[in-house]
Parts: sequence; structure tokens; C-alpha cells
Amino acid sequence: MANVPPIPKRISSIKFGLLSPKEIRKMSSTPIITADTYDDDGFPIDMGLMDTRLGVIDPGLRCKTCSGRAGECPGHFGHIELVAPVVHVGFNKVIRKLLRATCRKCSRILLEPAQKQHYLDQLIGIEEIGHMPDDMINEAYKEASKVKVCPYCNEEQLDIKFEKPTEYLENGEKLTPTEIRDRFENIPDEDIKVVGMDPKNARPEWMILTVLPVPPVTVRPSITLESGQRSEDDLTHKLVDIIRINQRFQENREAGAPQLIIEDLWELLQYHVTTFFDNSVSGIPPARHRSGRPLKTLSQRLKGKEGRFRGSLSGKRVNFSARTVISPDPNLSINEVGVPMPIARILTMPCVVTPRNIEQLKIYVRNGEDVHPGANYVLRQDGRRIKVTNVNKDDLAEKLEFGWTVERQLKDGDIVLFNRQPSLHKMSIMAHSVKVLPNKTFRLNPAVCPPYNADFDGDEMNMHALQTEESRAEAKILMQVQENILSPRFGGPIIGGIHDHISGLFLLTRFENHILANDAYDMLRKSDIKELPSPAGYDPDGKPYWTGKQIFSQILPKNLNTQFSAQVCSHCDTCKKEECPNDAYVVIRDGELIKGTIDEAAIGAFKGKVQDRIIKEIGPEAGARFIDNMTMLAVRAIMRTGLSFGIADEDIPKEARIQINEVLGKAEDAVQNLIKSYQNKELEPLPGRTLDETIEMSIMQKLGKARDETGNIADSHMGLENPAVIMARSGARGSILNLTQMAACVGQQAVRGERIRRGYGGRTLPHFQKGDLGSDAHGFVKASYKSGLNPTEYFFHAIGGREGLVDTAVRTSQSGYLQRRLVNALQDLEVQYDLTVRDTRGVLVQFKYGEDGINPTKSDFSKPDTIHRIVRSVASREVA
Amino acid sequence: MTKFSLLDHESVPKHEIMPEGELKSVLSKYSIEKEQLPKIKVQDPVSKEIGAVVGDVVKITRKSQTAGEAEYYRLVIE
Ligand SMILES: [Mg+2]
Ligand SMILES: [Zn+2]
Ligand SMILES: [Zn+2]
Ligand SMILES: [Zn+2]
Repeated sequence: MANVPPIPKRISSIKFGLLSPKEIRKMSSTPIITADTYDDDGFPIDMGLMDTRLGVIDPGLRCKTCSGRAGECPGHFGHIELVAPVVHVGFNKVIRKLLRATCRKCSRILLEPAQKQHYLDQLIGIEEIGHMPDDMINEAYKEASKVKVCPYCNEEQLDIKFEKPTEYLENGEKLTPTEIRDRFENIPDEDIKVVGMDPKNARPEWMILTVLPVPPVTVRPSITLESGQRSEDDLTHKLVDIIRINQRFQENREAGAPQLIIEDLWELLQYHVTTFFDNSVSGIPPARHRSGRPLKTLSQRLKGKEGRFRGSLSGKRVNFSARTVISPDPNLSINEVGVPMPIARILTMPCVVTPRNIEQLKIYVRNGEDVHPGANYVLRQDGRRIKVTNVNKDDLAEKLEFGWTVERQLKDGDIVLFNRQPSLHKMSIMAHSVKVLPNKTFRLNPAVCPPYNADFDGDEMNMHALQTEESRAEAKILMQVQENILSPRFGGPIIGGIHDHISGLFLLTRFENHILANDAYDMLRKSDIKELPSPAGYDPDGKPYWTGKQIFSQILPKNLNTQFSAQVCSHCDTCKKEECPNDAYVVIRDGELIKGTIDEAAIGAFKGKVQDRIIKEIGPEAGARFIDNMTMLAVRAIMRTGLSFGIADEDIPKEARIQINEVLGKAEDAVQNLIKSYQNKELEPLPGRTLDETIEMSIMQKLGKARDETGNIADSHMGLENPAVIMARSGARGSILNLTQMAACVGQQAVRGERIRRGYGGRTLPHFQKGDLGSDAHGFVKASYKSGLNPTEYFFHAIGGREGLVDTAVRTSQSGYLQRRLVNALQDLEVQYDLTVRDTRGVLVQFKYGEDGINPTKSDFSKPDTIHRIVRSVASREVA
Repeated sequence: MTKFSLLDHESVPKHEIMPEGELKSVLSKYSIEKEQLPKIKVQDPVSKEIGAVVGDVVKITRKSQTAGEAEYYRLVIE
């Protein structure tokens, strides 16, 4: 870090205020007096809404204010002098509060001098400590509006009612904007401060408009339609309305029109100004276009999802991208993505014509846009872009010169970015190489589902075609899938086998499996293995056979050595390691699976120790090849035996059912005994608990234990040949708890970790006794999903289930917000070459990344195991 | 009442005011100005405890699971 960048300037404060009529006139380049826009020659009319003093949008014209051309001129405001004042809709709340808090005669704030001073002092104190004064101000408003007689002029205060959208009634009589403005003008500066307004920057009378600023034409450009007709922006339309009414109003007033007509026109002016600011205020019909479409006025431009903030500033759209539904293809490499032909023919890669590629590029151009891989555009050296059509393709191919650029269609091997929202970590955007395929979905290897958190129930993903050589190189080196198998989150692989991959290899490698040559070759067909090792033995009929372990070993790198406990390990008190009776200790020696069963702990995403070791010891390329081969082998292995799962797999023998009912009955009795001793006040409270808490906890514990016991009974009647057990034990899908609930007993339904208690007074449902503490009155479900729930059980189950749904909904929104804030706070931090972490100003955040300077991706599941491993491999034996 | 030292609590790492010479070598090691160090307030209980004044640099020695001991430096500010 030789030269540290200087600490950049910081914004120390931002001030908000209201525009005064004086300021509006001062910043205006011209008054606007006519509603016409262009004259017959299509030239902007002077003092019209398109006056060139407001800026220019037509190329060729020059701005009369800054003499800039279109593009150079930022645009300038104009103004409209309103014939009569109107209320600004955006300030209704403040206007209402202020009318209620000030005297109708002398305009002073309705507070005793002492009270006023108290608030003023408080305000200074709040400002000093940098807090928000909102609470205090609201209190001042509230106190002032309670006063019924003015303490200064003894005027009795009348009730002020607000009527949507911009009407104020005092004792039922309408207050005109002029009256309101007069009252506000008379409020002394000091009284203004009490309600939190700064009289220098925001006098309250400025909330009643007498002058309307006219936004520059650059804000509301007109568009020329294909027919040559001009189409004006919605804002311009609205301003035309305002000027028209303003003019009519003036003419009528000067002609001495009756009061009724004047009032109508005033109201109309108010309506147009209101909808100019916000066309979605409740209480008035939105202003509409001739076609019936509501106009998009100022606040519609800013508000909501498509508004300026959420739509234009926080969200952006890009070219060279594609989006479609995803579907699985285990025959693709994890580094590949299947791209539908229609997409491949639209997205392009720019290729500069050189002596080395001109012949190839000529072929693409000659193919045109219809024959894949063709070319869609040719860029000449002078920057002209020519579309390749069936008419000009041969011509263009002949004319091709060095230095031109051909935008050829996407083809196999191109590097593209692939993304699935929400992009929560760096593995949500990875680089894949293109494989153009028929049909209309993106195809990806199911092993890359975990990092994207994708499934195939209709998920869509985005693809971006990279447009520069540098970006393609960077993507290939840093972002390719194989470079991201190991997650920096926990130092293990995030890509690996899922579902059938795990069950498949589990079935293949479990115990001694006799596999004949045909099957063996079939399973390895798709991998690059072409020869089998010497057979494990010969069948009685003399045919050679191989074991599943041997087959799996074929896809392991030859120099791989590792050992670990499998997922099926039952965690015996003393592990017998190689001698494990369940074949649950995996030993791989020189790329040969000697012992153990392959399951989630070996090849699973998040857990797979085999990928982990291959990548860390051999490299990402070998890791990717292993995952490719492993997924293809697993799919064929599971097809050899098949694995299906149905309701009949939950059948348990009659005696098991009897045992389960016995256990549940006993638990029920135990609960009843507990309740009895509670009612007889014999129950001893647990330390630190009340008696009520104690009984609840004891009951929950008893019932929980009973459920587990029923699960064990069911489990003992379902051996490792049961497909549900295979999936649960190997970690492929589901858990033993799922099995218990299906076969034996669903168990206690809970809300916030407690038994269900809500419902009617003293009971959960009307047919229970008041105060019944029994298990079935509080949501214990005795039945299994297979046997079916009775109506009360079903109802309690729905209660418990809903909590889960609400929880997930709340959690995702909360954790999303937390993530956003963390990312915003940390996005500019960078680990420097000296391993310090610094922000953009060069201010240090950490002196050594993570205190130890370790790259978590290279750590062993976040544990410091590297040294032990090195020692082990040098000593070539286990060292304590 | 007995006065306890904050630093005696097991989860409060060692804080000490850095001598001028050591500070210089740290600043040159990272080639930074004093202002680019992380900050700590004088009102911070631990600043008060060790009697640091504005402009001092506090050296914090933390226990780390993976690194054994890790050093951190903070500039005392108002
Ligand atoms: Mg989905
Ligand atoms: Zn201009
Ligand atoms: Zn008064
Ligand atoms: Zn074991």
C-alpha cells in the first residue's frame, strides 16, 4: 500500500425546505402564459409549454437560456402565475394540523407563552443531541389544538374539518386557499419554530401555491410517432389543462362573472393542480387521457415498483441476456448449461475479424440469421452496424475486412453467466459454458442446484452473454462452476450429489453387491472409464462379477486417500472404524474404495468429503470431473435396482401397532397422573419455574418421549430395505422424524413452542371441559399420517402448520432486509494484498483478514485440520 | 463498594496505550496515517479505565480461536 488514496469529501448535511413564490420566480427562465406548444411549422411557441428557454429536446435547436444543444442543456424551469392560490396536496397533513394549532383571528400558536418557551427550549436540546424532534412536535400540535380560546386575543376557536382531497371546513363553512394563506402569513416566525418548521426555509404560507413551477421540457419530452405526429408527455397535458383553466378563470373574474362560476373555476384549477402533483389521491377521480388511461403525473413517476426509486435507480435492465424455465439434465457437465436454440440464435458474441478467423467468420456470416451458428450483425470499422439478412449475407461475407466485428450467434463452448434470484451469495451467479440444445428450457446438471437453491417446479433463471474478451477470461478463471464448488461459507463443497445421486450410490456401494460385466459397463458407459479392473470373483456359473465398491472406485482419482465416518454411522460409543459392522466407516486408499458405504457424508452437497478432498488435494478440474462422473454413475446405478416409495411402505405389522398404542396409552396415563398431582397441589415445581410452567413442561416432555418411542417401534419394523429408510439414513431425502410421523404418531402440535391453548375461554374447542389439561385437548396428535387424523387432531395440526407458514413468511422478509443492510455496509470493503481489510478511504477495518488471514474456502469445513493431515500423510499413518 | 477493573473480566481483551515508538512502526508497517486506524471513543469505559486521551492509540490483544492471539489498534477520538 504505497500511496493511500486521499480521504474523499463527505456530505456533512442536507437541508430540506419549501420553495417560496419568490424563489420559484427567480429560478424560472420564463413565465408560461399560453397553452399552445408548437406553431404550424413545428417550432416551439414563445412563452408556451415548449418554449426553448425551458431547454431543448429537438436536435438542431439551441436553448435560449444556456445556448446548449439537446443533450448539453440540462433544462430550465419556467413558471405559471396562478390567478388564485391553491392548496398543494402534498402538504394537507401539515396544513390541517397548523390550522387547528393557530388562532383564527391573530394567527398566533394556541399555547401560553410559558408553554411555548418550554417547547422551544426542548427543541434546542433535542437538536443538540441530534435526535428527531417528531414526538415533541406532535405533542405541541396536540396541546395547541386542545385550546378553545386564544390566550392572546381571546377569540373563540372553531372546529376545523378536513375533507378529501383539499377542502377545509370551519364550522361547516369552506375556507378558501386565500383565507388559509392569509392566516399562515400572519403566524410569527417564533411560533413557527414550535411546530418544527424553519421560518427561513419553510414559511407555512408557501404550502399554498400562488406560483406553479413548470418543469423543464427535458423532464417531459414529447415523442414523434412513426406517423410524424407529435405525442406529448402526460405532464405537458396536465400543464396545458392548468393554463387553460387559469386563463378562463382570469377572463371570468375580469368580466365580473357571478361568484358561483368563479368558485367552480377555482375548484377546477385546484383539481388540475392537485392531479398534476398526484393523480392517485383518494376522493377525486383521476385525470384521464382521451383514451381513458389515467395520466402518469409527478408522484406516479416516483412511487411504487416501477417508480423512479425502485424501478430506475435501484433496478436496471441489461441487453445480451435471456430468461427461461430450467430443467435437469444429468448428462451435462456441471460446468455446462443447456441453452435453447431459439435463445442461442438471438444472443451474440462479438468477434473482431483477424487473418486467423476470417474464413470461419465468413462461414457464420454466410449462414445468416437462420442457420445456426450464424451471425446477426456485422460492424464496420467506422462503427456502422449492418444487420445480416438473407438478402445481404453472401455480399457481406465477401466484403468482410480485418478490423470489422462480426456478432456471431452463441455456440457450444461460449462462456456465459448464469444466475438465479435471489442472488444471496457469490455462487448465485456462476459462469457456465454453452451447450446449444433443442427445446425451450435452460438445462443444468442437478448437482448445481444447491448453490443456486434451484429446483425444477417452474423456477426460471437468467443468462448473460459476455461481450468482451476480458470479461470472458475473468468469468472463466474466477466464476466458472468448478472454481466455486468449495463454499467460503463453511470451507466445504456446496456442489455435490442430491436425492437420487445419494440413494443410487448408497444402493451401489452397500455391502457386497454382485455386478456382472454387462451392468458394470452400462453404469460406467457415460464416464470416460473404458476398462474394468480384475473381477472380485466368479459366480457359480463361472461368470465374473464386480462389487459396487469397485465400480465406484473407477471414477475416483488414482491417488486419493481418505477415511471418514459415513452418514449412516450410528455413532457407537467406541467407533470400530474399519471393522464397523454397519459398513459405516469409509476408507479410500489410492483411489480405491476399500470399506464403507457411499452416502451423503461422502458425495452430498454441503457435506461431501470426497469432492472436498479431491479439490483440495488434486484440483478443481478433477473435482468437476468426479462430480460429472459421479452423477452419471449414480443415475444409472439407481436405475439398475430402482427405488420407489409409496404409502404401502409405511405399513407396520399389527403387533407394532399394538405396541405403539400401548406406549401412547401409558403416556396418556402418565399425563393424567401428572394432572392429578397438579390438581392436588402435590406437584413439585421445577427450579426457577412456576407450577403452571412445570406441569406444561412435564406433559410436553412425557408426550415427546412417547412419540420418539413410537418412532423407534415403527423403525424397528422397517429394515434397511425399506425405501423410506434408505433415503432417510443415507441422507438422500427425508428424516426418521418424517417416517415416524407417517408410520407411527404425528405427535404434539405446538404454537410458539408451547401446547395449543388458544380458543374459547378456558378451552381450545367447545366440546372440551373447561380447564382440561389432557393431551388431546391441547393438540397432541396420536394418529399417524397413514392412519389419518380425527377432526380435532386435524384442526390442531392446521394451527401448528399455519405457524410454520407465517414464520417462513416473516423470516424471509426480515432476513432479506438484514442481508441488504449488511451488504450495503460491507460492499466496499476489500482484502488487500497485505491481508488487511480496508474501505475505499483506506481506513483499516481489520489488520489481518478474520484475525488469522485464512481463506475460509481453503479451510477444512472451517476447522484447522490441515496440519494434522500433512502430518498423517508424511507419517502415512494415524498420528494422535 | 469495591472498585473492579473492567479489564479483569474474562471477555474484555487486553487494552493498553501504545508507546510512540511502537505506534510509528505499526503505522509504517501498514503505511497509513493515524486517522486511518479504527476508532474508539474517549468516553468508552475501557478508554477511561486505562486513562487514554484523544490522540492516543490503544493496542488491543484479543484471544482468537484460530490465530491464538490477534492484535488490533484503535485511535482514541472524542
Ligand atoms: Mg422452485
Ligand atoms: Zn438550456
Ligand atoms: Zn388570537
Ligand atoms: Zn461407526
